[in-house]
Amino acid sequence: MTYFADVAALTRKDLKVELRARDTLPAMLLFVLSTLVVFRFALPQGAGDDAAYGLLWVAIVFTALLGLGRAWVPEQEHGVLDGLVLAPCDRSAIWFGKTLATLAFLVAAQVVALPAFVLFFAPLDATALAGVVLADVGICAVGSLMAAMAAAGRARELLLPLLMLPLAIPLVVGGVGAAVSPEGERYLLFLALYDGVFAVLSWASFEYVITE
Amino acid sequence: MIRARGIEKRYGRRRVLAGIDLDVPLAGFVLVTGSNGSGKTTLLRIVAGLAAPTRGTLEVDVDRARMGFLAHEPLVYRELTALENLDLFGRLYRVPERRERIGMLLERFGLWEARGERVSTYSRGMVQRLALCRTLLHDPDLLVLDEPYSALDEQGAELLDRELDELVGRRTLVVSTHDPRRLERLATGRLALA
Repeated sequence: MTYFADVAALTRKDLKVELRARDTLPAMLLFVLSTLVVFRFALPQGAGDDAAYGLLWVAIVFTALLGLGRAWVPEQEHGVLDGLVLAPCDRSAIWFGKTLATLAFLVAAQVVALPAFVLFFAPLDATALAGVVLADVGICAVGSLMAAMAAAGRARELLLPLLMLPLAIPLVVGGVGAAVSPEGERYLLFLALYDGVFAVLSWASFEYVITE
Repeated sequence: MIRARGIEKRYGRRRVLAGIDLDVPLAGFVLVTGSNGSGKTTLLRIVAGLAAPTRGTLEVDVDRARMGFLAHEPLVYRELTALENLDLFGRLYRVPERRERIGMLLERFGLWEARGERVSTYSRGMVQRLALCRTLLHDPDLLVLDEPYSALDEQGAELLDRELDELVGRRTLVVSTHDPRRLERLATGRLALA
């Protein structure tokens, strides 16, 4: 139980920092809404719902990238990551806490973005929504690890998309599949499998990313 | 407690440390001196386990839960208050009677009145005092302090003097400084880096 108490303390800390700094969530909200507005005008009339679902996933992935790009900034300021690394807690708890906090920000952005999508483009059924939720988990689990790797490098803004976008392709395939395919449940299973495999890999490898 | 032999550290082709031997007995106080860029910070990061030596061996007979590290940077969150920062680290370090210990340290380092203010509003000296509180929070057996007097005013420096006076002989200390005059009286050993 101590492990989950550490995760809870680290997640709470991230939410508190964001509530005060307001660096990440407002930027994510503005970005996803403005992207959907641009897509509304960019999508030709009669393009169909399938194209709109594809654009939704472009918006989701890039909004997540925006959030992930800032995920480790509070730890980089004042060198706090060193302080966390030295603490006797399991280092994977640092990744777990960051993943949960990033997930909270992404879900909060989608609480606004998905109704806007329905308003501008097409309805979202339960399978499509489940696809979004499962893909969010995968994006945040892998993304928190990739963002930590990118943060350790010099060109964080360039490195994160280069690392993350190839890993996000299966999530986009699964998310779009869940929305447009008549066999959406199979895509949900695929997304759940991806989440499970990559969450375990990220959890297990985080320590090696943040220590020399 | 600490035994290092032939420690070398390279960043790419640049050699920062070469052939460093270090012995720190239990309850010893070793002063690491040297000019800017001599590798003091790198050596202390290696001792703390934050960096790995390129070559050489290092044995530190203390669990990371029992080590306190004061870095160049304060290792605290700017958007949290002093109380929130210490509470977070107190939880992670499993500090018994956390609230009492935090209150005592904040009082001792003159931060009690400012405990509810965000660190981003603190002066550099207050941030350094908070960093010292964070370092001492779990009453560590081994203290690794990198330039602990930096940014402290005279009052803060005297507080730290008193704290170190109390710790000498009871805890193991490795302290770096570019101005050893203040600490020479306490040191049981000295490592001068060129």
